[in-house]
Amino acid sequence: MNREQLIEDLKGQIIEQLNLQQVTPADIKADDPLFNEGLGLDSIDALELIVLLQQKYSVKLANAEDGPKVFQSVGSIADFIIATKAEKS
Amino acid sequence: MNIPDTLYIESACRIVPGQAWKDDELIFGQAGTSTESFLVGLYKELQVNYPKWYKMDRLSQLGLLAAELLLPRTLGEAGAKPMDTAIVLSNRHSSLDTDTRFADQLADIPSPAVFVYTLPNIVIGEITIRFGIKGEQAFYLMDKPDWAFLQQVTQALFSEGQVKYCLLGWVDLFQENYEAVMFLVSANAGGGESRKIMNTKNLYQYHEQGAVN
Repeated sequence: MNREQLIEDLKGQIIEQLNLQQVTPADIKADDPLFNEGLGLDSIDALELIVLLQQKYSVKLANAEDGPKVFQSVGSIADFIIATKAEKS
Repeated sequence: MNIPDTLYIESACRIVPGQAWKDDELIFGQAGTSTESFLVGLYKELQVNYPKWYKMDRLSQLGLLAAELLLPRTLGEAGAKPMDTAIVLSNRHSSLDTDTRFADQLADIPSPAVFVYTLPNIVIGEITIRFGIKGEQAFYLMDKPDWAFLQQVTQALFSEGQVKYCLLGWVDLFQENYEAVMFLVSANAGGGESRKIMNTKNLYQYHEQGAVN
């Protein structure tokens, strides 16, 4: 899966996992902020995203301090997944 | 301290399987559907438009819809300030509906979004966020609605002089069984003549019959 495909996959997973009933993948731009402005996610959603990364992409967020940077946008999450998997292999 | 002699039922609502009532008017009916389908149907009927509702557990969804039936979108329209309004709710099944969902997930990685609803009083929190309420709050567990007790609690809150409105009720949900009965109570002696006095008889009568004679 390349970066663009991963971003599209992530959009669908985020909508499903966070139960964003009135949001479609087209509403989410790769660089849109996920918290506060943008999708308006909250702290519980951040925990759900961590679970999502573990369950669907087998990637763990080892340092909580990295959270704000990793979860800045769908694009930054995709970059984190790609980088973490590259480190593993 | 101005202790009110009489409290009034400003408005009441009742949600039972397939039906939602405000006072004695049927607002929404959808027989023979699942709990989820009914709650979503009522949410759409009331045009709530609050995306966070979809993230709540079913108990909070039910409680929020009952509050939506009773309360104006902002309590300020009714002349209430955030600290003026109290909430006293009760139920039988606590948060068991969500507790069992959470327990089912324990073999895998459980959802934090499910975990946060494993307390029954979270429904009060959701109502306070939605309507900007910051007054006293209490949630009681009881085998069946004890309106005499709940009336005493409400009277005690008003007697302390800090409360002008109270959302009083029963919000219970487990699997395919659900029931919400909620009253907006005030000490406002100058309200409409159609209002009923809040007493144990009237609370029971509305709960059981959907109307107060």
